[in-house]
Parts: sequence; C-alpha cells; structure tokens
Amino acid sequence: MKDRLDEQTIALRAAREFPHGSVVNLGYGMPGLCANLIPEGRTIFFQSENGILGYGSLATDEEKDYEMINASDQPVTVAPGMCFFDSAASFDMIRGGHIDIVVLGAYQVSEKGDLANWGRPGRPATGMGGGMDLAVGASRVIITMLHTTKKEEPRLVRNCTFPLTAKQCVSLIVTDLAVIEVTKEGFVLKEIAPGWTVPEVQSLTEAKVTTATDLKEIEL
Amino acid sequence: MINKGMTTDKIFNTCDEAVADIFDGATIMVGGFGSFGGLPINLIVALAKQGAKNLTAIANMGGVGFELSKRIKPGGYQDLGIIFENGQVRKFIGSVPALGGMPPTSPIETLYNEGKVEIEMVPQGTLAERIRCGAGGLGGFYTPVGVGTVVEKGKEKKVIGGKEYILELPLTADFALIKAHQADTLGNLVYRRTARCFNPVMVTAAKVTIVEVDKLVPVGQLDPEVIVTPHVYVNRIVEVPN
Repeated sequence: MKDRLDEQTIALRAAREFPHGSVVNLGYGMPGLCANLIPEGRTIFFQSENGILGYGSLATDEEKDYEMINASDQPVTVAPGMCFFDSAASFDMIRGGHIDIVVLGAYQVSEKGDLANWGRPGRPATGMGGGMDLAVGASRVIITMLHTTKKEEPRLVRNCTFPLTAKQCVSLIVTDLAVIEVTKEGFVLKEIAPGWTVPEVQSLTEAKVTTATDLKEIEL
Repeated sequence: MINKGMTTDKIFNTCDEAVADIFDGATIMVGGFGSFGGLPINLIVALAKQGAKNLTAIANMGGVGFELSKRIKPGGYQDLGIIFENGQVRKFIGSVPALGGMPPTSPIETLYNEGKVEIEMVPQGTLAERIRCGAGGLGGFYTPVGVGTVVEKGKEKKVIGGKEYILELPLTADFALIKAHQADTLGNLVYRRTARCFNPVMVTAAKVTIVEVDKLVPVGQLDPEVIVTPHVYVNRIVEVPN
C-alpha cells in the first residue's frame, strides 16, 4: 500500500488557504490542528462557536485552562486582541457572513458540494453541533477528510447517503490523497499526493474527477 | 412575581437548597457548552441528588458521563450525563446529544437506543436563537440553517429575497441552571473567558434562574460597563468557591 498523507499534513495544506488577516473557524477533529500550522508571517483570527474570537493556538499542558477552550473542548491560548461573547452573538457572527473560512471534517462530500458530516448509520443520537450554521454562514467551506473509508469505500460521492449538513456549500476538499475543488462541473483535481496517479485517485472516488490543466503534486 | 430590589433574598447557601423546588416534569435549561467551561456542575450534581424526574432538558450537549469522561481528561469528571444516568430526563433538546467521536456508550445515547429518552436535535445557532426568541417575547424566526436537511422536516418554509428559510419556534423553561464568574448581591453577572457561551442566553429565558458563581461581591463592586447579565434576570445565586 502506498503512503497517504497524515492528518498533520492534511491540516498543514488546508491552513495554507488562510489569507493574512482572515477570520477562520475550525471544526471538530482534524481541522483543529490547523490552529498550530499557520504559515509564517500571517495573522489569522480564529473564531470558535462557543464565543471567542482571536485565540492563539492549542494550549500545552502547562497552559491549560478549562474555561479557555475551543468548540472541540480543547484548551487554547490567550492572545492579544482576543474577545469573548455569548452563543447567540457567536452565531449572529457565523450566519451573518463574518466568517471568511470554516474548515470542517466530513463523512461524505458530493460532487455538487453537498456535505454530510454529523450523522452516520447506527449512531442516531450524535448531533450536528454548529456544523450546519457554519456550512451555511461561512464565506468559504474547506473540508479536511480521509479520501476513503478504512475499507477503501469512496467518500467523495455522486450523492451523499449520510444525513446532510447543508447543500452545495463545499468549495475545497483536502484529503490524504488529493486537493479537489468543487465547481459547477463537479470535482476538479488540483493537487495530488506524492507517488499517486490520477487513475488511482479516480478509482477511489465515486464521482467523476476532472483533472486541472495545472495539476501538481501537493505543495506544503 | 415582584422583583425584590436591593435585598439579599436571592442568596442561597447551598446548591441543594437552590434546586430543591425543581419539580417532576419541569423544563430546565442548563448553561455551558460541552463538558466543561461554563457548565453549572455543582447545580447539576445537586439536581441529580434531588431526584426530580420526567424532565425536559435544554442544553447544548448531552454530556459524556463519568465513564467516558476519563477518555477526555485523566481521572474523569462529572457533566450533564449524570442526570441521564439517573433516569431523570424524558426529553433532550440540544445540538450535540452525543459525540460522534466517542463510543456510543454515553448515558444519553444508551437511553436513546433503549427508547427511554426522546431527542430533539437542533443546530447550535438555531438553539441559541430559539432561546433568545423565547426570552425576548418573540414568536419565532426564519433561518436558512437546516434547509435541505432533516432539520426542515415538518417546518414551515418561506422564500425571502429569493432564498429559502425555515421557521423555528421559541424555547423557554421553568428553571435555568447557570454558571457565572462573579455576581453582586443584586444578581448582576460577569463571566470568565469561554465559560460565557450559552449562560447569558439561557439566564434570560426561564421563569426561575439559579446561578452558581465563583465569587459573590457587594453591590457596586462590578463595573457597570462590563456587567454582561443585568440582575432582573437572576432569581437565585449560590457562591461555590473554586
């Protein structure tokens, strides 16, 4: 089996999408790693739906304060200029279009950009948290995910079979195999993991993948 | 009920006394966000001891319970899971009943799978806004969140400015359990860092609000410019030093 990118590398690639000065919300799991992987020289304002704008990074054990957490219950650090607000104000900010980018995990993404990231078969009691609000409200939705299930079943699909988070919301997908843009014409392969070929990526993707004219190896 | 003005009648000595009259079948809001940081845990534990049953609980998260909590923090901790473990809840309204990243053995998920608790799943921002509507005397609001998903099921839809919205209705409660950092004896509240979260929203939307605070201070000591919750919303205060 060929090497796939690890979670840190996927998050590192996603974090390269954050423009200097942007407001970014990081979802549960792998997206949270982006907080520690910002490209040098850029200031990013991380928003978290529990009511914080402008936290630093994930906290070390010595820095931990359980009243200073992100929405994944991870302790984060204090940074100059940060501020706190309540949940209602936080979601005004989210739905009102003040979040430039949200990075979310996914179980499935469809070629139309539909996102399924909160419910899966056999787990009817897990909830969507703030995912639906973020997918609808953020200007740009970036997904970090594994390209397939452990059994190598595709998770980039024609139509999502898992419960939807929101329709036609995803702009970019960063997986352990590829960087894929979601366009009106469907998935476009922009970057590919080292050692992988286009037919190999296509064979692990249910929907058709168009190759970008400037396809390149994933750049970090 | 008439507000009692500048008296100290709002001060309770213990959490047990403050939650004593929560009745069977009551609807309760519980502040906080996830497992820690703003959860009024001492009031929750008091409610677990008090034993009121058949409750409708409105909270962001259903809690992981003590067993699963050990996976998150060494030694474990109590959270809202305790009132599910006790079989006190009939219905849960919130955005994260159980965490998808954890095994399906949290108290609420176990009960749900056994058909012993009802769940109303609400997107988090919609939850906050439904509570704000209830608090502010409004009849509901139209939101684009949930359109095209299971959330829109059974709800009125409306196109406004070419965009689809769904109608969401207000939420109120008989009691709210709240965590704040400091209260003055009138009931003005300030919060600490991300422990603010759902607390200032829920404290405005219940008939009886019960607040646990790290520190109680005399009237006049909190800067009026930084008070987050005005005292009219606060009925009961218990000081639980950290």
